[in-house]
Amino acid sequence: MKDRPSTSAAVPIMDAAAIHRALRRIAHEIIERNPDLKSTVLAGIPSRGAEIAQRIAEFIRATDKIDIDTGVIDVAMHRDDVGTRSDLPMVHASKLPTPLEGRTVIIVDDVLFTGRTVRAAMDAISSFGRPARIQLAALIDRGHRELPIRADYVGKNLPTAPNENVRVQLQQTDGQPDAVWIDKP
Amino acid sequence: MSMRWNRKDLIGLRELSTEEINFILETADAFKEVGTREIKKVPALRGKTLINLFVEPSTRTRTSFELAAHRLSADVINISATTSSLTKGETLKDTARNLEALHADVLVLRHSSAGAPQFLAQRLKTSVINAGDGAHEHPTQALLDLYTIREKRGKIDNLHVVIIGDILFSRVARSNIFGLLKLGAKVTLVGPSTLVPRAFEKLGVSISHKIDNILPQADVVNLLRIQHERQRKEYFPGIGEYTRLFGLTKERAKLLKPDCLIMHPGPINRGVEIDSEVADGPRSVILDQVTNGLAVRMAVLYLCGGIA
Repeated sequence: MKDRPSTSAAVPIMDAAAIHRALRRIAHEIIERNPDLKSTVLAGIPSRGAEIAQRIAEFIRATDKIDIDTGVIDVAMHRDDVGTRSDLPMVHASKLPTPLEGRTVIIVDDVLFTGRTVRAAMDAISSFGRPARIQLAALIDRGHRELPIRADYVGKNLPTAPNENVRVQLQQTDGQPDAVWIDKP
Repeated sequence: MSMRWNRKDLIGLRELSTEEINFILETADAFKEVGTREIKKVPALRGKTLINLFVEPSTRTRTSFELAAHRLSADVINISATTSSLTKGETLKDTARNLEALHADVLVLRHSSAGAPQFLAQRLKTSVINAGDGAHEHPTQALLDLYTIREKRGKIDNLHVVIIGDILFSRVARSNIFGLLKLGAKVTLVGPSTLVPRAFEKLGVSISHKIDNILPQADVVNLLRIQHERQRKEYFPGIGEYTRLFGLTKERAKLLKPDCLIMHPGPINRGVEIDSEVADGPRSVILDQVTNGLAVRMAVLYLCGGIA
């Protein structure tokens, strides 16, 4: 992992049990807010957002016996900063059920920060069709928005300084036990 | 995949690492999906300008690059040999410097002289993509061939790829040889000894002049067009003779394994290097190559143009 700092400055925020509880609560809130779950799609942003979307879908399946659709929504080719960054974001294939007309798409990401990724995700979704509504779920909301975007479902609100780094680790994507840290500079 | 792409130019596959080739193919996977969307366009290169400078005629490669650039939201200008000041005696370097003065971000160059893209890449800040230079390389054609093999067979490593035809004059063959060997394929070249000289063995490939012995072993056959425009008559006796000895006829295609892929970079000469029934048959992936070419060129433009 490229941002791994000296371990002394890493402050633990959530462990596996806390992440489990947060995602289960988000699943319940999604069930409560969306009576028609069959027309709802959980669209994860690669790679941890996609994993979180799968886990929320499993909680919904376990609770409500409904097989909610999931998808993957790539944001790299929809970003507005290509050519201004030295490292080019890795592109992934998007995968969404179509048509999206009349459906609710819930964007799922691990950390909500400036909101630019979410803006790019909304752009990407619109190239697949015109959903009835788009909602947003994030495991961590760390503040410092640069666009008028807010999450509908939040696992944990986490006050941070702009120069701190929030690090999410998931078993499936990172091969290490679930955890969240703040790296203090 | 944690590789960082840091090339502004794509000149050939000879200088790319195995990792870089795989990275382009993986990036192309993502762009192939864009072609299936309702709106087949992403803003990745919005505000960038791409110039297609085709000093040697080409329709399919130019169109493919043009559409790829449009799908990435870049602005595109096409310049062909007949409409450019190259016919008025301007040098290639001066033409290119004028294009750079217009703040072109990417220059896609097709040229009859080997080395022309390299020459410009070293002198311009603009990203230079080789769309075929003389008998040197045609990297995006080889990348789309690799992509198609990988897509249809799930791998390239240990496959036996047989390239048939005019190897001597073929930049497609050269780029394919570099790419295939780097990804672990076994390569055999087949054709008349005048067009498939022994010198190619130094690259690490096998050579055969007896097509019927080789076809039963092939996992992929890639047929190259006889390039009438590049060669003098003495390289082989005649078209009929070539078809009889090396053409993939209906009868000869029966020698192939049932799952052998039949490829051709186009344009095909039906009845010369390949029979119509074979070109249109179930093992032919010729049109998949065209579709994949778009995805591969989007990936190359995104990677090289994105860092320029």
